[in-house]
Amino acid sequence: MDIRSQISMVFHLDKCIGCHTCSVACKNIWTDRKGAEYMWWNNVETKPGTGYPGKWEDQEIYRGGWEKKNGKVRLKGAGKRRGLTNIFYNPNLPVIDDYYEPFTYKYLDLIEAPQGDVQPTARPVSLITGEPIDIKMGPNWDDDLSGTLDYGRNDPNLQNLTQAEQEVMFQLEKMAFFYLPRICNHCLNPACVASCPSGAIYKRGEDGVVLINQEVCRAWRMCVTACPYKKSYYNWHAGKSEKCILCFPRLEAGLAPACMHSCVGRIRYLGVLLYDADKIKDTVHLDDQELVDAHRDMILDPFDENVIREAKKNGIADSTIHAAQFSPVYKYVKEWKLALPLHAEFRTLPMLFYVPPLLPVMASLKQVDNTEDSKKMNPIAKYWDDNWLYDTSTKELFGSLDQVRFPLKYLANMFSIGDEEKIKDKWKKLMAVRIHRRRKTVGDVSDEKANEVLKAAGLTEEQADGIFYLTALAKFEDRFVIPPAHREQAIEMLDFTGDVKGSTGFGFKSKPKRGI
Amino acid sequence: MEILNNFFLIALPYIALALFLVGSIYRYTHKGYKVSSLSSQFLEGRRLFYGAVPFHWGVFFLFFGHLIAVLFPRGVLAWNSQPVRLMILEISAFIFGISMLIGLINLFIRRYTTPRLKYVTNKMDLVIYILLITQTAFGLWIAYNFRWGSSWFSTLLTPYIYSIFKLQPDISAVSLLPWAVKIHIIIAFTIVAIIPFSRLIHFLVYPLNYLWRPYQQIRWNWGRKSVRSPKTAWSLHRPKNN
Repeated sequence: MDIRSQISMVFHLDKCIGCHTCSVACKNIWTDRKGAEYMWWNNVETKPGTGYPGKWEDQEIYRGGWEKKNGKVRLKGAGKRRGLTNIFYNPNLPVIDDYYEPFTYKYLDLIEAPQGDVQPTARPVSLITGEPIDIKMGPNWDDDLSGTLDYGRNDPNLQNLTQAEQEVMFQLEKMAFFYLPRICNHCLNPACVASCPSGAIYKRGEDGVVLINQEVCRAWRMCVTACPYKKSYYNWHAGKSEKCILCFPRLEAGLAPACMHSCVGRIRYLGVLLYDADKIKDTVHLDDQELVDAHRDMILDPFDENVIREAKKNGIADSTIHAAQFSPVYKYVKEWKLALPLHAEFRTLPMLFYVPPLLPVMASLKQVDNTEDSKKMNPIAKYWDDNWLYDTSTKELFGSLDQVRFPLKYLANMFSIGDEEKIKDKWKKLMAVRIHRRRKTVGDVSDEKANEVLKAAGLTEEQADGIFYLTALAKFEDRFVIPPAHREQAIEMLDFTGDVKGSTGFGFKSKPKRGI
Repeated sequence: MEILNNFFLIALPYIALALFLVGSIYRYTHKGYKVSSLSSQFLEGRRLFYGAVPFHWGVFFLFFGHLIAVLFPRGVLAWNSQPVRLMILEISAFIFGISMLIGLINLFIRRYTTPRLKYVTNKMDLVIYILLITQTAFGLWIAYNFRWGSSWFSTLLTPYIYSIFKLQPDISAVSLLPWAVKIHIIIAFTIVAIIPFSRLIHFLVYPLNYLWRPYQQIRWNWGRKSVRSPKTAWSLHRPKNN
């Protein structure tokens, strides 16, 4: 057993309201620079949609991630042989137009334009050339299903869905969508690290954050190809690749990453997981249907004495083990088995987990004869007179699961490599928690029924209350359990303080030498 | 004439080699951030293929061809002792030269006709294009007019290069060569001289290390096996990374 600790995340998609505050927080701190304008280390996509860069999930186009062929797992579009022979020209590199050409507006023209017969306008100009451009694409171009004909319908996750199922998804009155916020997954088997010819990318041992050393990066751009999530970006101005750093300077100071701190919907959870690094190799070699479960099996119980002993042997600090025991991520992923990795079939073992969204399916839409019901209603109350019932009732247990507005297969393609049962299992749990809480707060659900639902979902009452607490009430300290980084020790490791004692002042790393 | 010969064939090589050595080491150690070529594939990814690929493969084989003639002149002469083998060598070298020239011209046109690339192009890029295109053109001209280059290179130029490295420059034979060959030599040393001041630096950091390193890289701030052990004074185990 080779126990390591990893800072990992859970995003609760039911809670995401698609406000992009996370993206803006990240942009303001990290990517508001020349050459980085187009980068969104954190971005929020509307699903169904093609995402950013366009159709990033389709690895037949971008050739990212790992592929299993004849029992061997290797990088799909990079690697030692491919990487070094394609080093003169990377055939699978996305270009700027796959993302979008960054632009701004000539706002000053609104103020400084000379007097004339027409209103001054702020023309869009490219942030690369400075020339006026015709904007063809932008971040979140397909936000909230805008332009669905071009974007939503080209979503790679729609594969395996029948034409009829797709038609249902895109019928105007039945349309449903959800948001998918994405950052770097800080994978356990990162394709970007494996693809970097210069060896500039590495995973930090202590917390698992994947970083690019800007001094060593030689701009071979293989990581951009290799990352199946397209979360490594090439800075065309600096000639370096850049990626999400999980705000490690903030983490080391005990602060939550900016995207998580600013999250309005409070959908984000961050905590430590202990995992067995010896299992990585076996896990990535498993077949698709076993992959998701095996990924979760790598995560170890931080309360297990054996695990604690082994963790200590491996130099994991007591404070980190303590943080792992209170990790909200551990609860969501391992204890409640509610969260799933995004596109586990890329075999990078992503350490960002998602609670699949229930809301688009919670209600089903059916045509009923509701004349009797409407008579009973208060005459002032509004009701739909077109006989379409937006049914949110709990009359039938999990009844709406069988008539979902949102095809199960679609979510299964994203979160469980096509296994619909896994998504259904999560949905049952999410609904069971709701029914259980309805019993407690509204009281129109009988104990018998609520218990039956909990049993069917495989939850105890305490677990259901725990899920409710962490989902709905959790405070800042519950959502972000950040272990101390012990930077004081690390700094002493990097610079031996005795060497420089008495010779340097505040702010100097080298001796402040003076000329004549 | 003698002054010119002395300058271009003795002084220039030494200046070039000194600049190359000192400049490259300085840039690597002090300007590590800039030791790479500023790739423009991200801004224009289609036409680059028709330039970068023929150019790089051409220059790759020709560079090692010249290097082999310098390192193993006898081997090259022995290989050339049969006309068929000589022809194979000369023709393949000529094809690589043409591939390089076509690649360079494509790259040149691409860089100066794509509007976006203006913003990632500097003056040194133009200098490099001119030098490389001229050099390749002269190389092809020499290969065509003064046959067979691979043989007389080994007998004439290899001793000259050795004499430079032995610090006893002997230009008696080289100074009698046609002017086209001399220009080829002069431009070659000029290119060597500007390597540290241009994007050409990137060929020095070709990532051969990638071949034998493990795919995944983990870095620890401390020795994790010893950090908790009371027997080791862990502050003495200073990390190797960073």
